[in-house]
Amino acid sequence: MEQLKVVIDGIDFIANQTVKLDLRLDLERLSKFQPGQFIHIRVNHGTEHMLRRPISIANIDIEKQILTVIFKQFGDGTKALAQLQPGQLLDVLIPCGNGYPIDELKISKALLIGGGIGVPPLYYLAKKLVEKDVEVSTILGFQTKDDVFYHDEFNRMGKCYVTTNDGSYGSKGFVTDVIEKETLDFDYYFSCGPKAMLKAVQNQLNHFPGYISLEERMGCGIGACYACIVSSADKSKYKKVCVDGPVFKVNEVIL
Amino acid sequence: MDLSIEIPGLNLKNPIMPASGCFGFGKEYCQFYDLSKLGAVMIKAATLKPRLGNPTPRVAETYSGMLNAIGLQNPGVEKIIKEELPFLKQYDLPVVANVAGSTIDEYESVTESLRQTTDIAAIELNISCPNVKEGGVQFGTVPEVAAEVTRRVKNASHVPVYVKLSPNVTDIVSIAKAVEQAGADGITMINSLTGMQIDLNRRQPLLANQVGGLTGPAIKPIAIRMIYQVYQAVKIPIIGMGGVSKVEDVLEFLLAGASAVAIGTANFQNPMICSDIIDQLPACLAKYGFSSAKEAIGGGHH
Repeated sequence: MEQLKVVIDGIDFIANQTVKLDLRLDLERLSKFQPGQFIHIRVNHGTEHMLRRPISIANIDIEKQILTVIFKQFGDGTKALAQLQPGQLLDVLIPCGNGYPIDELKISKALLIGGGIGVPPLYYLAKKLVEKDVEVSTILGFQTKDDVFYHDEFNRMGKCYVTTNDGSYGSKGFVTDVIEKETLDFDYYFSCGPKAMLKAVQNQLNHFPGYISLEERMGCGIGACYACIVSSADKSKYKKVCVDGPVFKVNEVIL
Repeated sequence: MDLSIEIPGLNLKNPIMPASGCFGFGKEYCQFYDLSKLGAVMIKAATLKPRLGNPTPRVAETYSGMLNAIGLQNPGVEKIIKEELPFLKQYDLPVVANVAGSTIDEYESVTESLRQTTDIAAIELNISCPNVKEGGVQFGTVPEVAAEVTRRVKNASHVPVYVKLSPNVTDIVSIAKAVEQAGADGITMINSLTGMQIDLNRRQPLLANQVGGLTGPAIKPIAIRMIYQVYQAVKIPIIGMGGVSKVEDVLEFLLAGASAVAIGTANFQNPMICSDIIDQLPACLAKYGFSSAKEAIGGGHH
């Protein structure tokens, strides 16, 4: 891991309160990232924001040499990040955490299930899976129409189902409703989203192997402060989301 | 510029050290710089048995600071001695072990366990953790109790004992005097201030523990004031901490009366902060007319 100042190439709102941030990075560094890893971003100079913000990698464009992250404006820190302009420098720790170990898995068909701001890391994952000739289907869940992003992008990589809580876009309901209704053929599933969704998905798909990516409030982001812990399945110890995760095997931790 | 400082058990090449709980046992930060550069390192608190700590959320950002309620998660003193301390041995770096407990007996037992290692230079006696139900801060708020823990740990210890004071008291000077009389070799101050943040959506305290310890630049003026007062009342040295985020803060702590300065929360914002400040310290001291770090200690008292 290293601390680096990177140049902002572009910054845009792509959905309700949802910001896409493109960062310029060299090939050598870009090629080291795994899908599911995150970068730990310093909000600004000065002492107003003492904690960095952990944000998952949404895409890596090797040709353009761009790393993309997508985040939602929740509080003052993410609002400040959304005000950044192209050309400005951003202080980041990269790369952070463990990603989806797809090179170690024998997969022919993968099911990706994302909820809200858990969707972005699945995009780079889908891209890497398709590169490996894995057939990808995706289920994306959002609250409402205004929150939806990347439907077309995921559609280009395989069958993509979108569902909204209020039915204003795609089908009405939760990702679990789609899993129940549709005939889905896969040998591994990968999921990222709110804890309640991950729990429901894990219960529903308990006969399938898979990986989940967790979100937690973090301090250092490098494993030193013990802020972002999650209990191991046997309750004997805590794992650190920032360095042992954020990606965990299904049933490796208690949600 | 001479940055060296000598206080009981600690021959410091410079007065800068990471504060306990913010630096783990050093492993994570060695990927950013050579830890031998530090004056010393204060490692994460040790209890007798492993502790899992509190549920999450454990941290929340606040204006120029943060709240934490980790709850003394640690693998227990034996594992720390066997699995964590050997790593730090490769560095030219005095290690300060932080001793915590739920009872005076536990503090004593942890200290006795530490006798088996030669890898520590001093003990920081943590009678001020606000985030555990039993022990911690309750030993740091009553002068007589603070003195009793200090006496017992001092007797059990083979290295100098620095007592970490809580700012969550009416009169910190009386606690400082009590631990000095009980035999403390030094004082470290301040631990975090208790605070709370309420989540508007959930309409309840944000941290799972409800209350957390407030740290970061927001608490610096309180730390400076308390160190200034304690410096006037005791003869033992003070290691100061509380919101240090830039080199000028270090000089301010020295002037208030600290002999050395620990950096905590700022490590999260900038993992290079201790290293950066060590680089900047000679120029800062020179700018304000000092020819050594030692010369600045207590310089704010006339």
